[in-house]
Amino acid sequence: MSPKNPKTVEKAQAKPKFAMYWAASCGGCEIAVLNIHEKILDVDANFEIVFWPVAMDAKYADVEKMEDGEITLCLWNGGIRNDENEHIAHLLRKKSKILVAFGSCACEGCIPGLANFSPIKEIVDTAFSTISTDNPENIRPQPHYKMPEGEITIPTLYSMLRTLDQVVDVDYYMPGCPPESHQIAAVVELVIAALKGEAQLPPKGATIGAGNSTVCDECPRKRNLKTIKEFGRIQLIKADPELCLLEQGIPCNGPATRSGCDARCPIAGAQCIGCYGPAEGVVDYGARLIAAFASVIDSEKPEEIDKILDGLVDPAGQFYRFNLAGSLLRASKYARTNGR
Amino acid sequence: MAQRITIDPITRLEGHGKIEIFLNDKGDVANTYFQIPELRGFERFCVGRPVEEMPLLTNRICGVCPEAHHMAAAKAVDAVYHVEVPPTGKKLRELLYSAFYCTDHTTHFYALGGPDFIMGPDAPVAERNILGVIHKVGLEVGGKVIQMRKYGHTVVEIIGGRKVHPCTSIPGGLTKGITEEQRKEIEQMGHWAIEFAQFSLKAFNDIVLGNKQYVDLILGDIYTHQTYYMGLVDANNKVNFYDGKVRVVGPDGKEFVKYEPKDYAANIAEHVEPWTYLKFPYLKNVGWKGFVDGKDSGVYMATPLSRLNAADGMATPRAQEEYDKFYKTLKGKPVHQRLAIHWARLIELLYAAERWVELATDPEITSPDFHAIPTEKPTEGVGIVEAPRGTLTHHYWTDERGVVTKVNLIVGTTNNYAPITMSIKKAADSLIKKGNVNEGLLNMVEMAFRAYDPCFGCATHSLPGQMPLEVTIHDAAGEPVKVLRQYCD
Amino acid sequence: MSDTPETKPFEPIIIGFTCNWCSYRAADMAGTARMKYAPNVRLIRLMCSGRLDPTFVFKAFAGGADAVLVSGCHPGDCHYINQNYKAMRRFQLMKRVLAQLGIEPDRLKLLWASAAEGAIFAREINSFVEQVRALGPLNWNKTSFTIPADADKEEVPA
Repeated sequence: MSPKNPKTVEKAQAKPKFAMYWAASCGGCEIAVLNIHEKILDVDANFEIVFWPVAMDAKYADVEKMEDGEITLCLWNGGIRNDENEHIAHLLRKKSKILVAFGSCACEGCIPGLANFSPIKEIVDTAFSTISTDNPENIRPQPHYKMPEGEITIPTLYSMLRTLDQVVDVDYYMPGCPPESHQIAAVVELVIAALKGEAQLPPKGATIGAGNSTVCDECPRKRNLKTIKEFGRIQLIKADPELCLLEQGIPCNGPATRSGCDARCPIAGAQCIGCYGPAEGVVDYGARLIAAFASVIDSEKPEEIDKILDGLVDPAGQFYRFNLAGSLLRASKYARTNGR
Repeated sequence: MAQRITIDPITRLEGHGKIEIFLNDKGDVANTYFQIPELRGFERFCVGRPVEEMPLLTNRICGVCPEAHHMAAAKAVDAVYHVEVPPTGKKLRELLYSAFYCTDHTTHFYALGGPDFIMGPDAPVAERNILGVIHKVGLEVGGKVIQMRKYGHTVVEIIGGRKVHPCTSIPGGLTKGITEEQRKEIEQMGHWAIEFAQFSLKAFNDIVLGNKQYVDLILGDIYTHQTYYMGLVDANNKVNFYDGKVRVVGPDGKEFVKYEPKDYAANIAEHVEPWTYLKFPYLKNVGWKGFVDGKDSGVYMATPLSRLNAADGMATPRAQEEYDKFYKTLKGKPVHQRLAIHWARLIELLYAAERWVELATDPEITSPDFHAIPTEKPTEGVGIVEAPRGTLTHHYWTDERGVVTKVNLIVGTTNNYAPITMSIKKAADSLIKKGNVNEGLLNMVEMAFRAYDPCFGCATHSLPGQMPLEVTIHDAAGEPVKVLRQYCD
Repeated sequence: MSDTPETKPFEPIIIGFTCNWCSYRAADMAGTARMKYAPNVRLIRLMCSGRLDPTFVFKAFAGGADAVLVSGCHPGDCHYINQNYKAMRRFQLMKRVLAQLGIEPDRLKLLWASAAEGAIFAREINSFVEQVRALGPLNWNKTSFTIPADADKEEVPA
């Protein structure tokens, strides 16, 4: 009934198994993988792709039937937002030898992690009461709902979003939103070589596919170690394309963000928003940025410092944009107490 | 005996989804539910952020079409600051956008939607994928698809700063322009894109339109719905992806309304059901009458086909030729057959490529005047663009510092949530009679929603492109009695 | 009837970062002079308030502290010339970030105290403890992240 492709059967016997899964994410990581272009053929040649819901066959039931550790390499992108995400995380952890937290969502929560500023009730209420929403009875989606024909279900949202390693044991971390394709290609090469015994994988828990320094190191802009009297907004000034953005008063997260992206955004004239996550050795990304931003302020008077800080209109968002779920505090008090 | 069929999860779409089909005692379809099981909360967590971050934050709504969100957000933040972007800024944005369209439509047609046609619904399931396409059309096709994606992403990177999640749009324009050298590179790639688009249309013409069986399938009733159609049009009522007014035509093809982005809320409302996290947009001034066709139902569609239906033509010459041929072949306008979306998508591919070259050769495109500093206080603004999957609306409110206080988003595929549901139901209705679930159901249900390109068109390269479906039939006691599977091994 | 939260007084846990040259000596002085002050503050000595990495503050809150005190030499008197201004700038920025995260600004205190100001130090500690007692416990380390969104039960124990 299910026509087996003879090629698949052959492959199954010969090649290590590969899986890629997405939870609360956006699909950008999938696109980044596809943007390794011809290198994807190396993936196809060296692995049997057994589970990749966005791209090909295989269902949860097929994964459940596998032996523990049968999948050699599993790239997981996306944060843990609901009970289905969590269930599949445990399932894939069990069935995978190497589980990689792939991309910012899995590593530190990424943009969906910003939901951790608010109680989940507010998240749902907002979506279901926008100005264009026609909802006079104030309906909210229900995990279980009885229709005339039967009961249908949707996953239950958790009160806060979590990172992959807050739910299961993770072998490697590959940061970036998304990870740069040339970094992905390099990791693919490394894994293939390691499987052939020609290279060694780094120790468990390592961050791969990224640099060991900060974005500032990769950024070509000139730094004069100047301090400033004002934080500004990028749209309201004519920024000097050669000079450090932070020194021009434009918020930039370069000082605490891991290198590996070639500082594309500052080169293009935009601030580093921090999508590559904390640099090596940083315990709390936001805390590190607080120190960095405080250090460019040219004042020793509390009232003047306050006035300068008024120019930073959203410090917590600036410092935890991608990192809130993976930070020390993980969420705001409002989210943790569900608004109570 | 009442039965229930669950298709979970649907794959080949951005995000997650599942389908529940309930049969009545006679074994015919009683009802179908297409559920979206996820909610991330952008409308809430963008509140409190500086509004200039919206083009960066909303990128992460979708990593396949971040360019669409980036542009809608860019236009919305321009509107918030009441600032007019200099012509070079607008043209650079539209140039990026045109190249992105080429990439996106290409991946959908060749790897996702195209195999339905190029191989045909009766083809062996093992061949209904990109590999089959390559064998049928020629080995170089795979290479061309990879090339098109490379070129498109290169343009996005040159103008947008990065390949995925562009970062250069700010209120008033862009953070950078392009050099003459970059312009030349972009133009060259654009010429290639036009050729590739023409190649794709020729392939469609030879393989699909040259085959009576496929033409019958396209024209058949199973995939036909008479609804309203929505798309952005320029001042001449021609299709434009980046700017213009939103035009809606009725099932009879007559203009129903044409509104400015700022008036969207007077025209669109979103219906809520408690069994899904996604809402169902509909035309407010017609009203929500349920998941039904017709001019009295507020359901509307927003897809490449909708855009062609809603417009009076294409703004570039080669695409206009194809547009005329399209309506002539399908015997009139508007076209209601959903499978024709695939064809409309290729016509848009050609338009996008032509527009790419037009903009790349515009004398102002390398000007350093790509940003105007806003002088007015930020308040509120709406930005609308056409995402490949449908009309995309971003609406922001801010305080006097330009910090976001409220957000409303109506996203591309969301527009089509009701039409997709209806298409699935119609396919199910037609095929499931007296409890007999046909193998053909699996293929036909796929085709029903895949035509809409539900927000994820990426299965390129040489991986097998079969869509997995597992259909479990339960008896009235909920015990599984039969399992039909396709590509689930 | 067992102790209810209202009858049993809440004892705040406060972490205090003090600089070696001024504020730690002030605490010392209060101690040797047998000045009684609330035992709620666990003191951690830094060589200088400028050594205060904001990470320490976030770690303290995440680990269960109800409040954090940062203390250093008066502006102008820093043993290392002007490093206490670093503490000042970081403190002011930290307060704003913590406020956005729902941590009341009054849970983070900056106190300048010279080595001779033992009595002031003791008095400030006492008033800080009462201030935090009134705010209630933070219990950051007792959060459950798996509570479903539609649950009714309290997530944070009193």
